[in-house]
Amino acid sequence: MEYHINLPVKQKLINKLAIGDIVYLTGTVYTARDKAHLRIIEYSKNKMHIPFDLNSGVIYHCGPLIRKEDGIWKVVSAGPTTSNRLLDLTPYILEKFNVKFLIGKGGMVGLADEFKRHSSVYLAYTGGCAALASQLTKKISAVYWEDFGMAEAVWELYIEDFGPLIVGIDSHGNDIFKNVKESATKSFKNVILNR
Amino acid sequence: MEFICDKEITYDTVVKATYTILKDSQTNLPEDIIDALKTAKKDEMSDLGKAHLNAIIDNIELSSQKGIPMCQDTGILVFYVDIGKSLTLNFDISDAIKRGVDKATKQIPLRPNSVHPITRINSGNNLGEGIPDINFDVFDGSGLKLTVAPKGAGSENMSALRMFNPNTPISTIDDFIVETVLNAGGMPCPPVIVGVGIGGSFDKSARLSKKALLRDINSMNTHELSVLKKINSLGIGPMGTGGKYTAIGVLINKAFCHTASLPVAINIQCWANRHSSILFEA
Repeated sequence: MEYHINLPVKQKLINKLAIGDIVYLTGTVYTARDKAHLRIIEYSKNKMHIPFDLNSGVIYHCGPLIRKEDGIWKVVSAGPTTSNRLLDLTPYILEKFNVKFLIGKGGMVGLADEFKRHSSVYLAYTGGCAALASQLTKKISAVYWEDFGMAEAVWELYIEDFGPLIVGIDSHGNDIFKNVKESATKSFKNVILNR
Repeated sequence: MEFICDKEITYDTVVKATYTILKDSQTNLPEDIIDALKTAKKDEMSDLGKAHLNAIIDNIELSSQKGIPMCQDTGILVFYVDIGKSLTLNFDISDAIKRGVDKATKQIPLRPNSVHPITRINSGNNLGEGIPDINFDVFDGSGLKLTVAPKGAGSENMSALRMFNPNTPISTIDDFIVETVLNAGGMPCPPVIVGVGIGGSFDKSARLSKKALLRDINSMNTHELSVLKKINSLGIGPMGTGGKYTAIGVLINKAFCHTASLPVAINIQCWANRHSSILFEA
């Protein structure tokens, strides 16, 4: 199935999505990498103010390349980063912030149950397709935590028909990356090692 | 791409040449890679794999048309400098390359990617102790060849090196290559190109594996093609969501090694196998 979704997404739609579906998103997303995740958790634990609202929102694992032109931020190139680096930091964020979509690349090993528990969905964007992503990013609405530098700051992006995004982990405990890996491991053991 | 330059080799022309190949490498993939990706797009059986490959081809075309980096990870910068045996230089060529990197970082722009390994503080200009990585070699002649290969971290992080027992059969080495690609799954942005270094020493094997990625993928020999076939039987597919094309190339470079050792290094490269060269003919 192919879905064109306006953000914030309705829970009913989240429940419909299944691994292998293709999704295009329109609306606001926040980029966050390692440092931003650590600070979100630190601030949340210490009840400090987080300057953006993740409730029902979307986190994009992305460290964009941004340029300031005539005082206005412009996205040059903004593809996904490896989601698995954020593995340990993600369960807390799903738990506390009701984030509905995580966008990244490569999957998140062993997190399918967490996505199920919080009715959230992992979307995989084609890694390296940053020029394409920049064309689908219509506006930078704000930047937070600039002290982290360009790649690690939190950028509030307005995206339009952003995709193709592939449902990698759905809200029912299915994980396409796990399925593919299991079958690949099986053929490695049976076909290649068993000569 | 490979540029030819008939200008005099000076500090300024090397700065300019560094900028030229950096910009080209970030916005134009080598023809052999584009052709292989287009073939994969036509031939891929999985719908999801096809969707990824379509996005990749669109992205490559857009990047080239607009002159913007194809990937936001503009990499850590690796240079190969081949110096003609009879060439004399009266300036610091490393310094000229660094100046070119600084200029390219600001003007293309490139993402500032180089940080201190412990404090993680970013230098802001892709320079730092030991960075960019500049490798020197000599060749017969009086010219100068400058190559840049920006290397993204997603694929670099999936690389591996093992010191094998010298009695190890080649089939076990092949298994190690296939298993490394299996373990990487969708994380290094497949379809990947697998650079392999067999022999040399601990560090030399790694150098061989990285430099192998500069070879034309149409130059694969029977052994390399057989390893590629095994990798593509795994079904990991583009971006790890399943399919036929997990890799588009396996490139193995070898060097003699100590009688008591057998190092094997595997450098995984994402589909964006970016590299560009300029040759000063003197």
